[in-house]
Amino acid sequence: MRGATSAKWVAGAAIIALGATACGGGDGKGSDAKAAVDANGVYSYQSSEPQHPLQPANAMEVGGGRIVKNLFRGLTDYDPATGKLRNQMAEKIETTDSQHYKITIKSGWTFHDGTPVTAASFVDSWNWSANTKNNQVNSNWFSDIAGYTDVHPEKGKGDPTTDKMSGLKAIDDKTIQIDLTAPVSYFPYKLGYTAFSPLPKAFFTDPKKFGEAPVGNGPYQFVSWEHNKAVTLKAYAGYKGEDKPKNGGIVFKNYTQAEAAYKELTSDTLDVLDQVDPTDLPKYKADLGNRAVDQPQGGITSIAFAMYDAAWKAPEKAKVRQGLSMAIDRDTITKTVLQGSRQPADGWVAPGVAGYKQGTCGEACTFNPAKAKELIAAGGGVPNNKVTILYNADGGHKEWVDAVCNSIRQATGIECSGDPKPDFKTARDLIDGHKVPSMMRSAWQQDYPLNANFLRDIYGTGASANDSLYSSPEFDKFSKDADKATNVEQTTALYQQAEAVLAKDMPSIPLWYYKTNAGWSNNVQSVKYDSFGDPVFTQVEVKKK
Amino acid sequence: MGRYVARRLLQMIPVFLGTTLLIFLMVYALPGDPVRAMWGDKAADPAQLAAIKHQLGLDQPLWKQYWDYISNLAHFDFGMTMSGRKVTDVMSEALPVTVRLSLMAFGIEVVLGILLGVLSGLRRNKLMDKLVLVITLLVISVPIFVLAYVFQAVFADGLGWVKPTVQDSMDLGQLMLPAIVLGSLSLAYVARLSRTSIVENLRADYIRTAVAKGLPRRRIIVRHLLRNSLIPVVTFLGTDLGTLMGGAIVTEGIFNVQGVGNALYRAINGKEGATVVGFVTVLVVVYLLSSLIVDLLYAVLDPRIRYA
Repeated sequence: MRGATSAKWVAGAAIIALGATACGGGDGKGSDAKAAVDANGVYSYQSSEPQHPLQPANAMEVGGGRIVKNLFRGLTDYDPATGKLRNQMAEKIETTDSQHYKITIKSGWTFHDGTPVTAASFVDSWNWSANTKNNQVNSNWFSDIAGYTDVHPEKGKGDPTTDKMSGLKAIDDKTIQIDLTAPVSYFPYKLGYTAFSPLPKAFFTDPKKFGEAPVGNGPYQFVSWEHNKAVTLKAYAGYKGEDKPKNGGIVFKNYTQAEAAYKELTSDTLDVLDQVDPTDLPKYKADLGNRAVDQPQGGITSIAFAMYDAAWKAPEKAKVRQGLSMAIDRDTITKTVLQGSRQPADGWVAPGVAGYKQGTCGEACTFNPAKAKELIAAGGGVPNNKVTILYNADGGHKEWVDAVCNSIRQATGIECSGDPKPDFKTARDLIDGHKVPSMMRSAWQQDYPLNANFLRDIYGTGASANDSLYSSPEFDKFSKDADKATNVEQTTALYQQAEAVLAKDMPSIPLWYYKTNAGWSNNVQSVKYDSFGDPVFTQVEVKKK
Repeated sequence: MGRYVARRLLQMIPVFLGTTLLIFLMVYALPGDPVRAMWGDKAADPAQLAAIKHQLGLDQPLWKQYWDYISNLAHFDFGMTMSGRKVTDVMSEALPVTVRLSLMAFGIEVVLGILLGVLSGLRRNKLMDKLVLVITLLVISVPIFVLAYVFQAVFADGLGWVKPTVQDSMDLGQLMLPAIVLGSLSLAYVARLSRTSIVENLRADYIRTAVAKGLPRRRIIVRHLLRNSLIPVVTFLGTDLGTLMGGAIVTEGIFNVQGVGNALYRAINGKEGATVVGFVTVLVVVYLLSSLIVDLLYAVLDPRIRYA
């Protein structure tokens, strides 16, 4: 989760500061000539202190996630340009029923300590990571694999009984056999997630020490971690993947304030930015010229309804929910309050994701006050004649929540107000405890660029992120069929049908998609960003000094 | 004297216990579950959540958590952060940075502040005095982050003398700009305090006596005037040193200095009890020691103040 630090009060200061100096605009506009490249050049990147030791299944937040992403390569990953699934360490992935997978891995790959990567490197890694005892934040990523409950019993069911999942076997050095508890047609997509990285033998002797100085099999190897300051990586000469680094290494620099990072970028002290802070959004394109980037990202913000509340659950209330959605002027809010850092949503799946279908939400996501009033009346009005949107006040959400409420009030006359909780943790406690009075902010960043990730994990009955406790037999049937499919096209098509069910039921109002607003310095070139909002680290070219 | 110091040192123990307990309770009272927050917007796995809580000891009752903490503290074990690092490691990274930063700020405010105070106090109602009063008033009334941004804009973006942010938090040259920003507010206070004090004492009988005796001007100012005038200033400086050490959250954030301020900010945000209490404990000791030194300095400045 990327926390946008809200520093509105700084805005005033920045204006004063800008007034005090002649603010220089962008330079190098229109000159797309490529400079000579220093293949061993190292560049710096805006980051934050990893919250956990650098272990593949322990990287949940961006700070550690990005570093682990560069240190390790799993069986598959996603083409940064298209988001399509591609094989990395997997030679071939075979299945006939989407439940039993036979994976052959490529030969010749080595870890940074020179030891070969074998089938056992994967199997041991996953068994270790799934085990509750080892306290990995992403341990439940392995829950599809048969025997997972033996190494990871449900809460209150005692300790793990074994340290090996029955559905996971290394047949020989090159072959992995995976048996799932049920068909998951897009399992190869999941395999691209960092939690599924292989681990060298050295890891198991002292996982904690390893987490301070990891040894991976990815394009970059670990150099140093100065806590709260920086993590340094250098290109690994023995890397066998197709995305060989075009630079010599990366320094992940820590910033507590995004404003400081932006300041450094404009003075060419920092090379690649992760995200422009809200204060500098209005002027970053002028400052950076053609070094600014503004593109969609695989994430969505929506407002979910408390579907566990009897008043909202009634079938005729679907109309009310659609009406509320129509009362929101997405275009204006994204342009004004959000300063163009978001893109109005037209469905529940972000663009650039496999299976994204334009306009799924259709009319319901188009601003139409007259029809909004009509629908709300037809559905018997809003319960208690009042709606509230619960959100965390520490994430810079106040402005847009108030704007959404204003929009609803003006369009329909319904009383709407924001319901701020002091911080993310407090808001989360109420959401997890299912104590939300009517609506709540809900955000999702993709784990893998496939529409299933935006649908099944949030709206499936009993899904772990289903905060509204929405349950639709129709939706579940489509997603079950999709999981049984034998190819990706079939899977995404069936999930599109499941998405159409959401348009009918409106358990949540899609608001807008995330965007990557970032840029780079004059020291680097060929900086592209993928749909995760990360730069394509291996492709960055450092200019010769 | 020796007995007095010993008594003061003994008094620190209850103060120390009280503050750690208070901070512990405050952190505990912060709303929300820090372990749940590790999952962000994604769903947390209940079994894993419980296991991590257990590992961190957060599933124990509060009194037990505090007891464990204090008994570990007895042999200088400050516990672990949530990311599994020793709190002492975190402190040993942040404290040297802040010590450097605050001592620089402190040096600037003592030397410049007293100098300005003396200059304007001796030239009361002259141009110099007016100038000092106006400038210090300006500094006091402007919030520190505005000052920081203005300095950043002028010296880094405008003149290009320095980088806008600190690249190496241990480099004294790079810490100069944040130190000036950090010290400027107290500098203004010190200048005004010493000016007032000097203006008052200039009319005192002993100064008239000294002048009548025909003592040289410099001796009058340094030995007679300053010694008596500095008592309120020293009091202020003593507490200020503690405040500076407490980490300048705003200044450190703007200049990206990785000191106590930033570390505390992160720890409070993440509800990291052990880290917060660890830092605050050290700060309490700094406060207590600096106030003891201030009390002892009174005796040096004014022989009439004696500690039996």
